[in-house]
Amino acid sequence: MSAPDDRRAEGHGGLNRLRQAVNTFQAGDRVRVKYLWPERHPQPSGLPSAHIRTPHYLRGRTGTVQAVLGSFRNPEDLAFGRPAPQRVLYHVLFDQPPIWNEGEAGDSLLVEIFEHWLEPATNQEKAA
Amino acid sequence: MSAPARPESLAHLEKLLAVLSAKGLITAQELVDRQASTDRASPEIGARMVARAWLDPEWRRLLLANGAEAAERMGVSMAGAPPLGVLEDKPDLHHLVVCTLCSCYPRAVLGYPPSWYKSFEYRSRAVREPRAVLAEWGTQLAPGVKLRVVDSTADFRWMVLPLRPEGTEGWSEDQLAALVTRDALVGVALPRVPQAIAAE
Repeated sequence: MSAPDDRRAEGHGGLNRLRQAVNTFQAGDRVRVKYLWPERHPQPSGLPSAHIRTPHYLRGRTGTVQAVLGSFRNPEDLAFGRPAPQRVLYHVLFDQPPIWNEGEAGDSLLVEIFEHWLEPATNQEKAA
Repeated sequence: MSAPARPESLAHLEKLLAVLSAKGLITAQELVDRQASTDRASPEIGARMVARAWLDPEWRRLLLANGAEAAERMGVSMAGAPPLGVLEDKPDLHHLVVCTLCSCYPRAVLGYPPSWYKSFEYRSRAVREPRAVLAEWGTQLAPGVKLRVVDSTADFRWMVLPLRPEGTEGWSEDQLAALVTRDALVGVALPRVPQAIAAE
């Protein structure tokens, strides 16, 4: 399945405007991707419950905010035609080797993650 | 590329267009314009943006700060397109773009994604064993170069601004743009000076 590549409501050259959205985290903050699996819990309505843009391999992983990319309507609601509030989107940098036990030291993964999927990393995780 | 559309699909499409038109959501002219811009989009646009960035520092700054605005200045209509981010390769850092979830791709400036980009194999392996994937493409990173895989998971689209190859001093924008392939804009390959030219 392909994500919609055509959205008129936002995005068009509007980086400056979008960057003014309120963000909890700043570049340089250590963050943890929430260890949640909403796709495993169908809604009572029987409708599909999840259109999640957070990759499985990052759930529970800790990274560093590299940039605040702007704010976009929540794809988890958009996908089902529900009212979709704006969410802040971050570019988050992860070390690659700890995630896959492969790759060379210094290799990294840079991924777009929405704010409601992030929480502050604990001190223990910061030290790790 | 794809199979011919089935008659029932076309009938379905016509019904959908009629409803969208009746609701005032689209016009026939918008459809024509969008088809034209989709047909025009090709990796040559991205290659031109890269070549210009190699020659013009001010353009490079604009490209890195706001890829969509840079594309607009090249005459590409970005209306309705997602924001475009540009990933700057450095002497010690190489970028590789993948969309592990589906097939997000900067179509406005690269055209249609190739089938391998959408394949399950590329989407799985580019993030898990990117160096093995690069090796299969024949792409050898210099020792000490770090690899950064950019998983295009949400609302941005990403293209790579590769390093300008050595041996291209004094080249024109046209000459440079010809070195920048679609694969180099995704990061699976590097721009290379053809051996026949390098030997001259």
